[in-house]
Amino acid sequence: MSENRLTNILVPVFAVILGIIVGAIVMLVSGYDPIAGYSALLYGAFGDRYYIGETIRQVTPYILAGLAVAFAFRTGLFNIGVEGQLIVGWLAAVWVGVAFELPKVIHLPLAIFAAAAAGALWGFIPGFLKARFRVHEVIVTIMMNYIALYVSNAVIRSVLSDQGFKSEKIYPSASLRSEFLQSLTDYSTLHYGIIISLIAAVVMWFLLEKTTTGYELRAVGFNQHASHYAGMNVNRNIVLSMVISGVFAGIAGAMEGLGTFENVSVKAGFTGVGFDGIAVALLGGNHAFGIILAAILFGALKVGALEMPSAADVPTELVDIVIALIIFFVASSYLIRLVLTRLKKEGK
Amino acid sequence: MEYVIEMLNIRKVFGSFVANDNITLQLKKGEIHALLGENGAGKSTLMNVLFGLYQPDGGEIRVKGKKVNIPNPNVANDLGIGMVHQHFMLVDTFTVTENIILGSEPTKSGQIDIERAEQEVRELSERYGLAVDPKAKIADISVGMQQRVEILKTLYRGADILIFDEPTAVLTPQEIQELIQIMKALVREGKSIILITHKLKEIMEVCDRVTVIRRGKGIGTLNVSETNPNELAALMVGREVHFKTEKQPPKVGKPVLEIQDLVVKDSRGITVVDHLHLTVHAGEIVGIAGVDGNGQTELIEAITGLMKSESGSIRLNGKEIRNLTPRQITETGVGHIPQDRHKHGLVLDFSIGENMVLQTYYKEPYSKRGVLNFKAIYDKARQLIQEFDVRTPDEYTKARALSGGNQQKAIIGREVDRDPDLLIAAQPTRGLDVGAIEFIHKRLIEQRDRGKAVLLVSFELDEIMNVSDRIAVIYEGKIVAIVDPKETTEQELGLLMAGSKRKEAGVSS
Repeated sequence: MSENRLTNILVPVFAVILGIIVGAIVMLVSGYDPIAGYSALLYGAFGDRYYIGETIRQVTPYILAGLAVAFAFRTGLFNIGVEGQLIVGWLAAVWVGVAFELPKVIHLPLAIFAAAAAGALWGFIPGFLKARFRVHEVIVTIMMNYIALYVSNAVIRSVLSDQGFKSEKIYPSASLRSEFLQSLTDYSTLHYGIIISLIAAVVMWFLLEKTTTGYELRAVGFNQHASHYAGMNVNRNIVLSMVISGVFAGIAGAMEGLGTFENVSVKAGFTGVGFDGIAVALLGGNHAFGIILAAILFGALKVGALEMPSAADVPTELVDIVIALIIFFVASSYLIRLVLTRLKKEGK
Repeated sequence: MEYVIEMLNIRKVFGSFVANDNITLQLKKGEIHALLGENGAGKSTLMNVLFGLYQPDGGEIRVKGKKVNIPNPNVANDLGIGMVHQHFMLVDTFTVTENIILGSEPTKSGQIDIERAEQEVRELSERYGLAVDPKAKIADISVGMQQRVEILKTLYRGADILIFDEPTAVLTPQEIQELIQIMKALVREGKSIILITHKLKEIMEVCDRVTVIRRGKGIGTLNVSETNPNELAALMVGREVHFKTEKQPPKVGKPVLEIQDLVVKDSRGITVVDHLHLTVHAGEIVGIAGVDGNGQTELIEAITGLMKSESGSIRLNGKEIRNLTPRQITETGVGHIPQDRHKHGLVLDFSIGENMVLQTYYKEPYSKRGVLNFKAIYDKARQLIQEFDVRTPDEYTKARALSGGNQQKAIIGREVDRDPDLLIAAQPTRGLDVGAIEFIHKRLIEQRDRGKAVLLVSFELDEIMNVSDRIAVIYEGKIVAIVDPKETTEQELGLLMAGSKRKEAGVSS
């Protein structure tokens, strides 16, 4: 039992180490200095207060996107639509942020709530179609991503601006930014969203592991037939799972709209945060606390990468290669497990 | 004496678990040799070693006196060893012939020579009295026929030595008799047979010798003519076993389950339960005997709410429960040991503890205001594990990690503990060994003696005859006869199950 748990922790750790090593080989082969590259990466992520602030800011939506993917996955569903749910959440949050001017205690929660509701709606549709007509959620969520992207762009152009490319800046009463955090981190874009995402992680853990709702959701995820036999409403749980997953994703969008950017702009393509959430969930073992660690790693890689071209002449794309390698090694965890058992045998 | 197969001191180890500990099995030419053992005793491992699926860690295999090495099933085929699997390996949409030639198709100028193949299949079928139509589609023929196709597959590939893996588990009594005739015909034609089984009656009836293994160890080889079922059971289990479950006459009370005119249609709209009537009283066990596919599954699913019914009435203690939700029915007082324990009975990736509260998790003390109380859950699990002798390292172990018998005990513990007025047990002992079967039968009778109504569905006539107080025979969705187990015979039941009217069966009511 505990041995199993140890392997579950060791596999992602090994995957990360292998990813970094193979990434170094790729750098060497392409004629870059891996040590300089990784030093720059590390400095760019944690080197001073500003960088730390930026890293934490980047970690925030990753945690929430990872939670969204993991929540659906733990209940037997594959939510590829986190990206779309995040986009509509972002849009809804900014909309509320620019449309009203209210006291902060009302305005900020209302904007976040709007984002959660939009994400929930975007999750409800594939959930309902799955429960009612057995349409596979992967297909529907992928299509919902495109609908979210282009609907959001259309709304930004015609409603939130006058055929412009971005909305107004949100009122300060809806913002997650604070002068205190800015002064702490040398004017980085760090905002209070990190606290919300950490709370969300605790909520996800509690909901899944400690409540009857979570028990039902997990049971349905593992075995629909047994859940039906036990008197659970399988269809209701499928919809609920997608809705809750959408709520996490929608709040991730609110973090971008109310914290990082304080507005919403027309997007040429996906933000990628929702898709990275799949990798975060995978690396984090679909567990709330694992996801926090995985999100920190991904956030650090993303932010630190920005420093690599100027400090070490290494293109940022190499970080994407490293990330891809890590995902590859996590996905091929069977291989790592095999190596671990071999090592254990020889140790005996 | 000439041996066609000799497995000498075979040893097979998985990790730290010794599955086969120096087992010796010698097969004479032209004999039917039984391999007897409980589930998990190592029968399948031994046969997989012979069939080339596992490599032995020790010992040697000789075929016709020559030492051989069998690295994969193709080599086993070349050596003339064929396996008739318990779970058929057939393509449903192919014909009999197409299935038989699959993998070794005869060709004529690049095309499959289906006519020649059909001719060969027909000849083989006639030679061994199998009566298989080479052109029939697998989906259209009975389970018994499908098994014969499996036999033909091995013969077509030139097997001299046939391994039958629990071949009678899926057959009706009549089909079992026919299979026995086929096996006898095979040995007359010079084939040799290894029969894997844990059914003692079959061994006594058809086998020449029997090798008993217990917990991975070879206990010995006996001549069937010099032994008896009691001795074999004791050798297999390691202690005395009682076949006839001891029970008092039933104290029948008021009706608990009353089914009237029930009609159930399957997803294709075909009537599978056809105006069925049945009553089960408090304090009695009613056994439903029937060939698989005559509406038993649908009947149970309709009673328990897993499937909607068209019309009729199902009353529990006088209250109408037809087409209520599974939860409403469960709360009315129905316990259900489902036919497929992996599909319906357990969430395999949940711990034993979590599985023990599958229908009660939302009630106190297991949860309060939507928050689970794991202490109460695992306390309950510990109590049931103890009470029902579920062998598990602890209550936190995943259900998946338990053996079938222990999974079944866990389900029975859970269902009985809820103290239902009606306990439905569907195939409760399928795939279990003698010891576990004895335990489960005792528990069912215990429920009866506590004044509960028990509805038992089983394809095992022994079980039906042994445990039931009344037997209801189901055929094509109808109860065609109700008989007293003390006044009937397996032959009569078999005929009733096959659709004969009672008069034709030669029994007066």
